[in-house]
Amino acid sequence: MKSAKPENTEGLTSNLGPRTSDPASIARDPARQTSNSSLEQLACPVPLPARDKVLLGHGSGGRLSAELLQKVFLPAFQNPTLNSLNDQALISVDGVRLAFTTDSFVVKPLFFPGGDIGSLAVNGTINDLAMGGAEPMFLSAAFILEEGLPLETLARVAESLSRAAQEAGVVVVTGDTKVVERGKGDGLFINTSGIGRVLPGINLSADQARPGDRIILSGSIGDHGITILSQREGLEFESAIMSDCAALHTLVAAMLEASPAIRCMRDPTRGGLSSALNEIAAQSRVGMELEEATIPIQEAVRGACELLGLDPLYVANEGKLVAIVDPAHAEGILAAMHSHPLGKQARIIGRVTQANAGLVTMRTSLGTTRIVDMLSGDQLPRIC
Amino acid sequence: MKYIDEYRDASLARPLIAEIAKRVTRHWVLMEICGGQTHTLMRYGIDEVLPAQVELVHGPGCPVCVTPLEVIDKALAIASMPNVTLVSYGDMLRVPGSHSDLFHVKANGGDVRVAYSPMEALRIARANPTRQVVFLGIGFETTAPANAMAVWQAAREGLKNFSMLVSQVLVPPALRMLLESPQHRVQGFIAPGHVCTVMGLQEYVDLSRDFHVPVVVGGFEPVDLLEAISMLVAQLEEGRAEVENQYARSVAREGNRPAQQIMAKVFEVCDRKWRGIGVIPRSGLKLREEFSAFDAEKVFDVAAQDTDEPAECISALVLQGLKKPPDCPAFGERCTPENPLGAPMVSSEGACAAYYQYRRHH
Repeated sequence: MKSAKPENTEGLTSNLGPRTSDPASIARDPARQTSNSSLEQLACPVPLPARDKVLLGHGSGGRLSAELLQKVFLPAFQNPTLNSLNDQALISVDGVRLAFTTDSFVVKPLFFPGGDIGSLAVNGTINDLAMGGAEPMFLSAAFILEEGLPLETLARVAESLSRAAQEAGVVVVTGDTKVVERGKGDGLFINTSGIGRVLPGINLSADQARPGDRIILSGSIGDHGITILSQREGLEFESAIMSDCAALHTLVAAMLEASPAIRCMRDPTRGGLSSALNEIAAQSRVGMELEEATIPIQEAVRGACELLGLDPLYVANEGKLVAIVDPAHAEGILAAMHSHPLGKQARIIGRVTQANAGLVTMRTSLGTTRIVDMLSGDQLPRIC
Repeated sequence: MKYIDEYRDASLARPLIAEIAKRVTRHWVLMEICGGQTHTLMRYGIDEVLPAQVELVHGPGCPVCVTPLEVIDKALAIASMPNVTLVSYGDMLRVPGSHSDLFHVKANGGDVRVAYSPMEALRIARANPTRQVVFLGIGFETTAPANAMAVWQAAREGLKNFSMLVSQVLVPPALRMLLESPQHRVQGFIAPGHVCTVMGLQEYVDLSRDFHVPVVVGGFEPVDLLEAISMLVAQLEEGRAEVENQYARSVAREGNRPAQQIMAKVFEVCDRKWRGIGVIPRSGLKLREEFSAFDAEKVFDVAAQDTDEPAECISALVLQGLKKPPDCPAFGERCTPENPLGAPMVSSEGACAAYYQYRRHH
């Protein structure tokens, strides 16, 4: 398959790598670079090894991911569109505003309650387009297959991918297939890219949050990540949780119709709600204050997180969005969300502040405030 | 969620805070021992809602933090060997040894896996009879029974390819050492609820009597900790020094007998080095001689490197409650979770990491 490509793209999508731009979050190591005596006194008893290899944590969406972006990808590909570090590149071709994005899917297991790698590959890319306020139109789908993968599995995935595209009203117009030797892949990886049209007057970007803005979350968090975890070998718990895997573009359309006064949106996938909000706080140079009690979390997800020592704020979602909106329009947008099937549980979970720029904080049930930090790498289960 | 929601309920927490404020007449220094408790205190900002006279210092109860450097180095050496699978609790993976950490060993081709239970390591060993499967058996009395059970089970099954790198530590000897130090400031302890669930109360009764120090066994939720603090303040104000059990929904006076029995069957008490503190006599557990076939230190030829750990990082003082993390000039500047100078910044239960994660906005 071959397809027409936009002729004059201004830049690459930022999905090349992890998505954050907080320069302060990039790991530093002055102790190793400086030799003044006060630092020597603190000479590191347990020096962290130089990171000369890719670690799993580089793919977590946390600080290590940001480090990869800042040290490798941004210097290599520098351009204004990429540098804006949104989930999608906003480009203009002969006066037509387009959103362009790409995403790779390496989920294991391939099939899980509530979805599979095929529907995920469609919805994930649609959502990246939708978060830019775009109407998704065309997708590409590239498959990396491992030798020995049952054709029946591939057919099921392809069928699911096709159904998800159809339901979302997008067309898969180009694709590619590669096969790697047995043991060199994990059954099946998919990459999808997407193009969508951005309507005039819509301009969403993570650097536009302003003090006073409200933070709206479309529904419960952690469903996808806990579903995937519960399916993994060695974790012997069964739950009725289902992935929230869904295409959010119609919800976004309903929100934008209610009011265009939306500053930006993110779908909190890997790294969870915390990483999405930390990225916006950093890019907009504002603080964010969340109300712990307002964040919807399903009982089963809470229970699993308690058992596993995980914080749902860092667990992945695949069918949720968080929007930063003008306070005067928050109620109207919320009402529009409530009348959409994917936004029934939407709530205002906090507000943007001038104080604590670059930090996300949370008012606990006791009335105290704590930081909701960006994680370094993946959440590690605690010992006890 | 039962047993969770009611212990995070602000309407139950507020009266406890008021009660503490009403009772306290002078400055008291209290220590919570377990890293899990430290984490809750920071996460909910409990120290912020307490009257200024109640000072909380943080104890040595972070298993990741106190596991000595040489054990980490041995684990790294074993994990780097061909045909070995090293299985570990998750938060050990990021802890730096002298030159590397388990994440990097994994990136370099080592087979390192995370498990929630040592039984998972047994399962891997059974499924891969040609690989040596090693479990990194660290932790306090909380992990000891399950780790002991894994070794006992492996012995019963005659598994030839399973072993454990053991670095188990015990809470009471560390508290005794702390109280014997002339510098110590601690006037009352919140004892670790999960350790006591296993071990029962007697060791703390002895400790309380020997040092005339009040002890309240506490849980891990905000209301648990506030109640424990309230009970401790009451004891101190009334001049009592007893052991009280706030965490009675989990802790029985005699503890968990079957758990104690399996520990005693498989492990024996030994001297242990604590990272940042040094050797504490009779403060650890090692495999009994009859289980030496499952002792990774004997199965693998990894010499006990006596790794020199410079004492500049103030984690020793932090782990003994003599300093708080923000007192360290490197805190949050040169020492962060990405570039930790010491183990308490690595583990989510470490005091430095808890302050860093929840408190940088002050």
